[in-house]
Parts: sequence; structure tokens; C-alpha cells
Amino acid sequence: MIHTFAQITQQDWLINLVDTLADGFYQNLIHQNRFMYLINGLKMTLLVTLFSCLLGILLGMIVTYLKMSKFWLFRFIANIYLTIIRGTPSVVQLMIIYYVVFGHVDINKIAVASIAFGINSGAYVSEIFRSGILSVDKGQTEAGRSLGLSATKTMVLIVLPQAIKNVLPALFNEAIVLLKETAVMGYIGLQDLARGGDIIRSQTYAAYFPLLTMALIYLVVVMLLSYIFGLIEKRMRLSDNR
Amino acid sequence: MITVKDLHKHFGKLEVLKGINEHIEKGEKVVVIGPSGSGKSTFLRCLNLLEVPDKGEIIIDGEAITDPKSDVNKLRQKMGMVFQQFNLFPHLTIMDNITLAPRKVKGINKKDAEEKAIELLKKVGLVDKAQSYPNQLSGGQKQRIAIARALAMEPEIMLFDEPTSALDPEMVGEVLNVMRELANEGMTMVVVTHEMGFAREVASRVLFMDEGVIVEQNPPDKIFTNPQNERTKAFLSKVL
Repeated sequence: MIHTFAQITQQDWLINLVDTLADGFYQNLIHQNRFMYLINGLKMTLLVTLFSCLLGILLGMIVTYLKMSKFWLFRFIANIYLTIIRGTPSVVQLMIIYYVVFGHVDINKIAVASIAFGINSGAYVSEIFRSGILSVDKGQTEAGRSLGLSATKTMVLIVLPQAIKNVLPALFNEAIVLLKETAVMGYIGLQDLARGGDIIRSQTYAAYFPLLTMALIYLVVVMLLSYIFGLIEKRMRLSDNR
Repeated sequence: MITVKDLHKHFGKLEVLKGINEHIEKGEKVVVIGPSGSGKSTFLRCLNLLEVPDKGEIIIDGEAITDPKSDVNKLRQKMGMVFQQFNLFPHLTIMDNITLAPRKVKGINKKDAEEKAIELLKKVGLVDKAQSYPNQLSGGQKQRIAIARALAMEPEIMLFDEPTSALDPEMVGEVLNVMRELANEGMTMVVVTHEMGFAREVASRVLFMDEGVIVEQNPPDKIFTNPQNERTKAFLSKVL
């Protein structure tokens, strides 16, 4: 059987591609269980994201309270925090907290990363909370106060329940931003998803396979989170139309 | 019951109240009328300190509420307020809207508060809406609930800040009916409104305000048929 020149090269090209992909897959993920770098990295990424999310929400609440306080000193402290955190890169904050603040302290790196990202996220979360509180009509506060409720009770019973509903989408967005932000934790020697992909790259000298796989995992996780958050928001909106 | 002495209020450079002196007796129904921007809403809001006066004194039941040491929350329990925009709490049912303050401020238990609420809902004719949410009600219904909510605290004085101004015309009547009934029961009322018919019928006294002062005050039959001041005449000729 006689093949034309074009047919042969086309077949070779296909075979070569499949070969390369199979080889890349094997070398970068299967050989020496290299996929474990990505699995363990993902676990680390999710763990630090969860801790820093919780810390960020806690700090965010405290800073919102300070920022909306009547006392100038409280507002001043909140403003300094917001200015510094929003004015410097998070990776710089992470390194300062690890090498300077905890430089001479023996402390778990996961805790350091969680604290650093938590402090960073707290600034953004507090602005989200504040905008949520401001989004509740002033008439709601006036109605509460006119009924004899104290300022605190009005805030807790009337304003906050409405504010939280208003800020959920922004808060979920911040969680996703935070997840991606943690990709710099390799700077203090933690092996997260990003670092995991990079380690494979350094072992196999192949860039595209480990890096694209790592990117794909981030993408899938974010899409999954977006889907879950979307469901929750939908439920919350349903109760609007009662 | 309410004595106001030389009340002043600024918003920035704008002087909204330029010295109000007024005395309101128990059981009186005082209707405040006047052009927009005349300070009538600000005057009303000063009475329960939603606006803090810059100068002057407000004495309620012998207590100077403008004294920084007075208990604002205690004072407000004596005075119910109804707003132009209703300001019902959208995240709570009608029942919870009404029982929230009695339970959380006065510490009344749930059962008693709800019994009282049902009674009030009957009074405003909306007992079937107890488990609804504010968004499901019409404007007129919302305002009637707002009145019931204020009454749940058993106030001695009711303040109404343009209670029908945000309503569709066909819903004004149902709200005014509830207010009329309240007036007949002897409630002390201060009402800022543009409803001249209501003022004429219900008011024991009508205050005409313009540019931050009370220009003229008289019983309704006198002020509407024979206004003394030029500004009152000019205003009434436009609205009547």
C-alpha cells in the first residue's frame, strides 16, 4: 500500500503528539507519584484559605466596629490598618510577618500564613461589612431608635440582619480572591498548590504540563466554590420575595 | 405635656429652626402645616431627638429631654413615631415587626406581646396579615402596620411625619381613618401633614410654619376660614 507524503507526516504528527502527551502525563504526574505534590498542595491551599477566611471575617468585624465608632482614636486606628494593608502587596506582608514579626519565634508556618492572609483579608472584609451596613436605609435605624431600642440593639436586631444579606455576594467574592492570593505562600517555604506545580516543573524541566495542570485545579476549585456560593445566594434571594 | 422653648437647629450653614416656642397639652391633636423646607419635619423629629437640637429646651412630662443626662431610650418609649416611608423591618414578619420592641425593650414575654399585637392588628384591620412580610403589603397597609407597631409600646404621644405623603391617593383614606380613630380615643398627637381635610376635621390646633418659625397658630376653623398672617393666607390659597 502506498501512502502519499502528506498522509505519512500527518499520521506521524498525531502519533508524536499522543506520545508526547502520554509521556508528559507520566513524567509529570505518575512517575514517583508526582501528582501528590498537587494533591498535598491543594490541601495546604484550602487549609490556609479556610483559616485566613475565618480570621479575616473576625478582624473585619472588629475593624468595621472601630471604623464606624464615634471615638476618633478608634477610627484613626482602623484607618491606619486599612491604609497599610491595602497599600502594600500581600506577599510583602506575608514575608514581613514571617521574617520580621515572627523572625525569632518558632512558630508553625501554616499559622503564620493564616495570620498574614487573615490580616490582609480583614481589611477588605471590613470595607465590605461597612458598605453593607451603610446600604441599609437610615430609616431602619430611625424606626428602631424611635421605638426605644438602644443603638446596639437596633444594630444587632435590625441593621445587621439586612446588611449581611446585602454583603454575601461581595464576601463570597473575597473568599475566592483570598484562595488565589494564598498562591504566594511558597515565599515562606510552604508547599501549597502553586509551589507543588513548581516543584514538579523543577524536577522534570517541563513547564507547560505541571503549570497548566496546577492552573486547571485552581480553576476547578474556584468554579466549584462559585457554584456553591451561587446556590446560597439564590436561597437568600428567594426569602426576599416572601 | 410637651413644652418647647427657643428651639434652634442647623444643618450645616442652613438654619432650619429659628426659635420655636410651643406648648402641647395632653390629649391635644396638633397638626403642623407649611411649605416644604419650612422646618416642620425637623421640628417633629426634634421632639423625640431623632434630630438633636442645637439650642433650646424640650420638656416632656416635666423632664428636660434636651439635658444630656436624660435617658433617650426611655423617653422614646413614651413617644411613638410614624414615618413617611413606613420603615417597617423587611426581614421580619408583621407579627415580629410589632412585637420586637415590646419584647426587646420592655421584656414582655412572647405570648403576651403577640396577644397585644393581635389586638392592635384588629384595630388597624389587618389581623390576617400577621404572618406576612412587609413586601407583600400595599403602602396603605404598611402604614397601618407602622401605626400598630408604634402603638405596641403603649406611647403617651404619637408623632406622625407626613404619614400619607408616600401613598397612592386611594390608600390615604384608610390610614387617615386609623389616625382619626386614635384621635377619638384621646391620644396626644402631633401630625405633620399636607392633608388639610384631616387637619380641619381632627386638629384641636393647627400650627402654620414657614422658614423655621411658627408663623401662626389657631384652631382649624379659624385658621382655614380666616387666616391672620399674609404668609398663611398665601400658603392656604395654594393648597385649599
